[in-house]
Amino acid sequence: MTANGWFQIAFYLLVIVLLTKPLGIFMTRVFNREKTFLDPILRPVERIVYRLTGVDEKHEMRWTEYAMAMLLFSGVSMALLYLIERTQKWLPLNPQNFPNVEPGLAFGTAASFTTNTNWQAYSGESTMSYLTQMAGLAYHNFASAAVGIVLAIVVIRGIARKETDKLGNFWVDATRCLMWVLLPICLVSSLVFVSQGVVQNLKPYATVQLIEPQTVQVTGPDGKTTTQTVTQQVIAQGPVASQEAIKEFGTNGGGFFNANSAHPFENPTPFSNFFQIVLIFAIPSGLTYTLGRMTGSQRHGWAVWAAMAFLFFVGVTTVYWAEARGNPLLAGTDQRASALQSGGNMEGKEVRFGIANSALFATVTTDASCGAVNSMHDSFTPLGGMVPLINIMLGEVVFGGVGAGLYGIVVFVILAVFIAGLMVGRTPEYLGKKIESYDVKMAMLAILILTFTILGFSAIAVVKPFGTSSISNPGPHGLSQVLYAYVSSAGNNGSAFAGLNANTMWYNTSTAIAQLLGRFFMVIPVLAIAGNLAKKKIVPESAGTFPVTGGLFASLLVSTILIVGALTFFPALSLGPILEHLLMLAGKSF
Amino acid sequence: MSSAGQIRKKSFGDRKILSGAVVDSFVKLDPRTIVKNPVMFVVEVGAVLTTVQLVWNAVHHAGQIGFGLQISLWLWFTVLFANFAEAMAEGRGKAQAETLRKARAETEARRLLPDGSTEVIVSSALRAGDEVLVCAGEFIPGDGEVIEGVASVDESAITGESAPVIRESGGDRSAVTGGTRVLSDEIRVRITSNPGETFLDRMIHLVEGASRQKTPNEIALNILLAGLTIIFLLAVVTLQPFAIYAGAPQSIFVLVSLLVCLIPTTIGGLLSAIGIAGMDRLIQRNVIAMSGRAVEASGDVDVLLLDKTGTITLGNRQATALHPCPNITEVELASAAQLASLADETPEGRSIVVLVKEKYGLRGRELAAHNPTFIPFSAQTRMSGVDMDVHEIRKGAPETIAKYVAERGQEVPAEILEIVKDISNAGGTPLLVSQDRRVLGAIALTDVVKGGMRERFDHLRAMGIRTMMITGDNPLTAAAIAREAGVDDFLAEAKPEDKMALIRKEQAKGKLVAMTGDGTNDAPALAQADVGVAMNTGTQAAKEAGNMVDLDSNPTKLIEIVEIGKQLLITRGALTTFSVANDVAKYFAIIPAMFAGAFPQLGILNIMRLRTPESAILSAVIFNALIIIALVPLALRGVRYRPVGAAALLRRNLLLYGAGGVIAPFFGIKLIDVLLTYAGIV
Repeated sequence: MTANGWFQIAFYLLVIVLLTKPLGIFMTRVFNREKTFLDPILRPVERIVYRLTGVDEKHEMRWTEYAMAMLLFSGVSMALLYLIERTQKWLPLNPQNFPNVEPGLAFGTAASFTTNTNWQAYSGESTMSYLTQMAGLAYHNFASAAVGIVLAIVVIRGIARKETDKLGNFWVDATRCLMWVLLPICLVSSLVFVSQGVVQNLKPYATVQLIEPQTVQVTGPDGKTTTQTVTQQVIAQGPVASQEAIKEFGTNGGGFFNANSAHPFENPTPFSNFFQIVLIFAIPSGLTYTLGRMTGSQRHGWAVWAAMAFLFFVGVTTVYWAEARGNPLLAGTDQRASALQSGGNMEGKEVRFGIANSALFATVTTDASCGAVNSMHDSFTPLGGMVPLINIMLGEVVFGGVGAGLYGIVVFVILAVFIAGLMVGRTPEYLGKKIESYDVKMAMLAILILTFTILGFSAIAVVKPFGTSSISNPGPHGLSQVLYAYVSSAGNNGSAFAGLNANTMWYNTSTAIAQLLGRFFMVIPVLAIAGNLAKKKIVPESAGTFPVTGGLFASLLVSTILIVGALTFFPALSLGPILEHLLMLAGKSF
Repeated sequence: MSSAGQIRKKSFGDRKILSGAVVDSFVKLDPRTIVKNPVMFVVEVGAVLTTVQLVWNAVHHAGQIGFGLQISLWLWFTVLFANFAEAMAEGRGKAQAETLRKARAETEARRLLPDGSTEVIVSSALRAGDEVLVCAGEFIPGDGEVIEGVASVDESAITGESAPVIRESGGDRSAVTGGTRVLSDEIRVRITSNPGETFLDRMIHLVEGASRQKTPNEIALNILLAGLTIIFLLAVVTLQPFAIYAGAPQSIFVLVSLLVCLIPTTIGGLLSAIGIAGMDRLIQRNVIAMSGRAVEASGDVDVLLLDKTGTITLGNRQATALHPCPNITEVELASAAQLASLADETPEGRSIVVLVKEKYGLRGRELAAHNPTFIPFSAQTRMSGVDMDVHEIRKGAPETIAKYVAERGQEVPAEILEIVKDISNAGGTPLLVSQDRRVLGAIALTDVVKGGMRERFDHLRAMGIRTMMITGDNPLTAAAIAREAGVDDFLAEAKPEDKMALIRKEQAKGKLVAMTGDGTNDAPALAQADVGVAMNTGTQAAKEAGNMVDLDSNPTKLIEIVEIGKQLLITRGALTTFSVANDVAKYFAIIPAMFAGAFPQLGILNIMRLRTPESAILSAVIFNALIIIALVPLALRGVRYRPVGAAALLRRNLLLYGAGGVIAPFFGIKLIDVLLTYAGIV
């Protein structure tokens, strides 16, 4: 660990703090339909959109109608993506003449992008045409992000409003989210990425001569190994910059290229790397401010922020420590950081980014349900790799996905308030709303769905041949690979312990189901909570009211998240990364 | 001391209740009963599973007999302990129901027939609307209202209070309760309830827990516990495939042990006992809650409406100060005031005598020598006083005395008029004393606020509860008393319908309102309030409308009721937190023990350094069972409530039950492990 590395982490957190308030206020204004500086340009366009689509912008929906609209929108979008993938061969903008995507993969990918997971069981540059990338995948990057954000807004409204069953209009919220929040910022961000060297073109792939021909051994289909000399390399091209911005800003994480943000065309410079992780946390962090502002308790918003920031900081510190320490099995090797090398465990990491920025990126991307990677989590040390796994297991609430993080943490807030709230001698209240059996039932349901999906699929996969055959490393590391696949899917993260061969019938289908369950079956109970909270009266605050502000509440929230997460997953973790770490110390690696 | 209180004291150590509870804990093993408690149901299923496995192992000589037997036994104990906690809580209520039942015993009733004659029937044949005659020495056959006559009634069977009370037709003292005894005179009673629905019947049901329904918060908590149980069930069920993958499959004994240790058995086992004990604590204070819901709501109360008279003040105005005229000494005034009040039997009059005696040391004098003629207070004169020898001493309202002296050619000095105004402004009632033609000075009568009220209101304020005084006084008087007593707000010149409007207004703001009342005109407000405590001396209508009845008829009891409600909720929260926090240590005991054979490296997680895998698992299971028993007294007594702000209370309880809940089992499990090893059991 170096001073420089710590400085970068601290500087990153500072930038996020500074962004939280302006972005939070901006989103509040957008969704409260108050005036913003973009109105003169966007408001006329918005009116035209509603006139063309026949949306009545004054109509307010109950939670059930809102949920139906959201599901309809997501369902149709998902079908559309599937269709594009299945017909890309005959559609334009396919300079590499890629064939149609296989049904299993096409379904898995459609589910994955609709749920904001962006789990990729394929390599973008060798599977998807430019049209599929732009009209299919990038479209979903915007759409699924917008869905997540408006769901968070609905939950906030549920807390803030009283004695009503009306929570807003899905079409209006989604339109405003796209036009005011996502598109303008992504437009500017894309140009920033272009300035850093991220490519943006529709050209066919370039073939270049290698300066230094490479000799490689290739095993043919007949099983014979032959030696070949490679003299040429195909360099993939494409409209990358435009996709890069929303990939991070919408916490999608689906890379244009297989190597994701480790690829020099996606993430060429230290600044582009920094800018990417800032984009990832921007909305989730800003939404905590929106929560405070809309509910009229700004200090509550900051308490939630502090709980998230604390968990983030503990995570990044652990990864940084574990990775900078290097591999104890390579005792004879100099793994210290110096002017000439970054030191530590550099397997699977880009030299451009080094330990600190890889650790930071890995923590941010798994905290935020983004899933973009600039290093391979599979190659992290056992403890270093366990942190991303735990981050997702905690329910993607450490800032979390755009919107998803906020409504996810509200579930934990409700549980924390319910369990500890009784201890002040009143039936539990959250910002004036009494937490009753219906709310507890829905909150438990949301948590149960995640647990059930993750543990259920993993348990099947580790004892059935169709599951174990995809595992590339035996022993506890293999368990981590399988766990990570389902944790990442159910948590809608999309990053992978890349060692697992996920492009099989079983994994394509089961991860897709896990993603759909993790998104939509989680969202419905959460919306039900919002609908139920909105109907309640607001009990005025008094000295006897359970405080949902300040350090005490923040630490209570942290403990609830940790205890629920740890108690659920500790047995699995102890047989996976913890055991792997202990075996590594005993000299056994996988 | 009330009989209810006496029963309570006896019952804690009562062998009968204890042995009854032991029997009941076995009866409650019936799966149909236990399924209502999802957590304990899972434990019972687990116990059955390990028992079946144990028998199978024994038959097939498959080993693990000693370990399996101990695990199975302790799992059964866990269920029994939880049942015992509930049975203990119920047992105390049952004992009280027993005494009440005696009071309900069949009696004879003399029913009035339309022609005016009476027929003798058994009390159970009476229906609402019947009219009966009850004479001295007879039991009142059912709940009703006195429609004719007045009698003294012994209500000790219900209230525990042995002093008889007066019951008379009309007004707010007309309600009588079945099972109470008329001591003197004869009354005519109209029966108002059918057999099985009387107040006594309801009380018996309540204390027995027969009609106990789960309260809203209890239901929500049960859902949380069931949810946690399912999560842990998933974690344990899926652990087996992971273990198989790792090459270290686990036995049923171990898996069930892990499951039982993780699910929230502590709170699951004590939850219903906490609820019953909460109702019980009210009964100990002679308050009957008509539903558990009301007890819970009392913890949430935001506003307390308190009647001034009898609740905040002692009830009668008392003389508190003497203000003599400029040329008169205080002792002269005191002497005259005493003489004018000697024959005044009103509480005000007596308070003047007391004040003079205490403050000026003037005792009653022998007046016979002076030929006294006492003038009692009359509506015409509106004065009282005494004529002796040549002097005429008078005492009365300022206007009356002013008129009296004016007739004799004198007027009230300006200084005294000033004092009279000051007394009124301060909320007091001024009286003037005159001798012959001269005004000697003024007496201030004021409402005396009960001792310690300010402190109680300060406590309530710290709890976040606003107190509001309701009074018929004018706003000036009301403000003065409100200030003195330290209430937050007051409603002056209040009519019964104003009370109702006030409650509605507060409720519209989202607040929960509690009030006490006894009169028929209080009934609508009692029904509207979230917590309505009716006085037992009150009318039948008031008792029907409220959701609690205070048998002592003490309006200040409301404050205690609120505290009991809060205590109930805190106890639930504290034990839930404690139960969940306990799991951390149990994981550290069981997980390394499970895989120590296959992966000795995991032994590093065995931070308690437990001796053997078997002893580790057994210790965790035993701790899990014993902690239920250890916390029964706390569940029955309740966590102490401190009237401090929510933040301070939360900090304290989180530290005690959250952090304490994490740490305690590490020591507990280690201790059991040491004992087991020492005893050579494992």
